[in-house]
Amino acid sequence: MAEILVLVDHADGAVRKTTTELLTIARRLGEPSAVFIGSGYDAARDTLAQFGAAKVYVAENPELVDHLVAPQAEVLAQVAATAQPAAILLASNPDGKEIAARLAIKLESGLITDAVDVVAADAGITTTQSVFAGGYTVTARVTHGTPIVTVKPNAATPEPAQSTPVEEKVAVSISDTAKRARIVERAARGESGRPELTEAAIVVSGGRGTGGDFGPVEALADALGAAVGASRAAVDSGWYPHAHQVGQTGKTVSPQLYVAAGISGAIQHRAGMQTSKTVVVVNKDAEAPIFSMADFGVVGDLHTVLPQATEEITKRKA
Amino acid sequence: MKIVVLVKHVPDAAADRKFDEADYTTDRVSVDSILSELDEYAVEEALKISDAGDAEVIAVTMGPEQAQDAIKRALQMGADSGVHVLDEALHGSDALATSQVLAAAIEKVGEVDLVFTGMASTDGGMSVVPAMLAERLQLAHVGFVGELTLDGGTVRARRDADVTETVEAALPAIVSVTDQINEPRYPSFKGIMAAKKKPVQTWSLADLGIDAGSVGLSAAWSVVASVTARPPRTQGEVVTDEGDGGAKLAAYLADQKFI
Ligand SMILES: Cc1cc2nc3c(=O)[nH]c(=O)nc-3n(C[C@H](O)[C@H](O)[C@H](O)COP(=O)(O)OP(=O)(O)OC[C@H]3O[C@@H](n4cnc5c(N)ncnc54)[C@H](O)[C@@H]3O)c2cc1C
Ligand SMILES: Nc1ncnc2c1ncn2[C@@H]1O[C@H](COP(=O)(O)O)[C@@H](O)[C@H]1O
Repeated sequence: MAEILVLVDHADGAVRKTTTELLTIARRLGEPSAVFIGSGYDAARDTLAQFGAAKVYVAENPELVDHLVAPQAEVLAQVAATAQPAAILLASNPDGKEIAARLAIKLESGLITDAVDVVAADAGITTTQSVFAGGYTVTARVTHGTPIVTVKPNAATPEPAQSTPVEEKVAVSISDTAKRARIVERAARGESGRPELTEAAIVVSGGRGTGGDFGPVEALADALGAAVGASRAAVDSGWYPHAHQVGQTGKTVSPQLYVAAGISGAIQHRAGMQTSKTVVVVNKDAEAPIFSMADFGVVGDLHTVLPQATEEITKRKA
Repeated sequence: MKIVVLVKHVPDAAADRKFDEADYTTDRVSVDSILSELDEYAVEEALKISDAGDAEVIAVTMGPEQAQDAIKRALQMGADSGVHVLDEALHGSDALATSQVLAAAIEKVGEVDLVFTGMASTDGGMSVVPAMLAERLQLAHVGFVGELTLDGGTVRARRDADVTETVEAALPAIVSVTDQINEPRYPSFKGIMAAKKKPVQTWSLADLGIDAGSVGLSAAWSVVASVTARPPRTQGEVVTDEGDGGAKLAAYLADQKFI
């Protein structure tokens, strides 16, 4: 069976959930091989085995960590040249997309970004994308070279399948060209104690309607075990960090449940949450466009509706 | 200092965007189009540098006839000149072909120190063209930049990726910017008048030495197999809060097994 390369998305060996989703998808397409680039492989080993990697290519080198994505693209191209995979899967985030872009040129291969599903069809590996702010569903195929696909979070439910991967160390040699952008500082990932926004099964977001008080939004999020999101209006007002912005120029989320509180539903916001399974809206304006996509909505003031919902949920859970 | 800004002309997100029924390409003709909003931040960042010192700003686009409007807007904002790559053969080009053409255009402009681009086009939105350009031109690339300082021959940037990073690169470099970086200016009346006299060159594929067979829909390295308009979400139950809105919300969530 042909190998399917999965680039491991991790921070110092802490494997992100998207990678377990990619490994699950890769098992449907062929034999999954994880490619680990960076440092901290020891911390990643168990997770990769748990989600069925048949092989792991390990490239550990400090220079891979100190530079922006170009060296990673070089290593991945090197692995692909020997593995001759049937496809290469990466996470659809800034790093993943830039690595994929460079890889497509190096391998002279077609590239599809932001897939929400990848399947093996008769005609070959076929992707599904949601485009124009979710207005259209597009299926596509790569017709030249090795299909390179970046896959959005929550495209698959991670399914464990224990394996004992063969480990193969990759000798790393990085060109000078690839070292042109140097990382001089890296902020630690924000520790809110809440799930990661893009990975969360439930997201509760607040907008301008919060008036700057995200307390009720955070309290509901905590009652539901959810991540907290924000509209750009809320972020621009300085009420919540940009890392939590949902939308075209923020994060794309695709949770089971999205709660929009005090958000009007501009197209740029919808672009980031349109593929949510269930949408719940709280807004005091019955005419707010976001209601048109609500599975359930409350016309009311979020400052009273959210706390009451939170209290009720806490009661029900007790 | 010579700065190229890449500007794309895209269907307006506020309009009803659609696909060409015949070949599944983005309909760029019957839909109102504008300069991609995210490219305005790239234009602004280039103008800030030219306002502060001595820099020539050249706006470059690749696209059909109407794409000249994107150039026009950049010139009205304050760019010095424009280049429009226009060729029938370009219809349906994928990101790989687009990057091939734009890389050739940047090389033809010559001795470019900085290339600014948006973080994504608002239609295709792949966020891949800038990294592809860097790969082709063998230049440094810093993407998703929310803050930039230029210190002699070095750019220092805050990159807002999954984590925030501070990145340094020596010029020449390609920088793609986010909507966090600045507040794009509106063209002034003076700017609009001045733009009319600014030079715009039109280059064909032949001018760039690119074989027409290597671009366009037939040369794309991926194909769209199907396009389906997604049925609009049907609105579910909406209740008006009469003191029990929160409780009803909780009941709905319990019903849907979210609690
Ligand atoms: C290039 C570009 C990129 C953009 N990218 C993004 C993006 O990534 N993400 C994003 O979100 N936006 C983005 N935007 C901005 C977008 O167009 C909207 O301006 C923004 O989403 C509006 O945020 P909002 O819904 O919170 O605010 P508003 O549109 O002001 O809506 C506030 C809502 O809150 C309601 N409300 C007020 N008070 C209460 C109350 N007490 N209780 C309940 N409801 C209340 C109001 O009825 C209203 O519907 C972008 C715009 C541009 C031009
Ligand atoms: N046809 C084009 N003409 C000019 N610039 C483009 C074109 N396509 C992409 N770009 C630039 O590349 C950026 C990212 O585009 P994309 O990879 O399509 O999301 C855009 O914001 C533009 O600055």
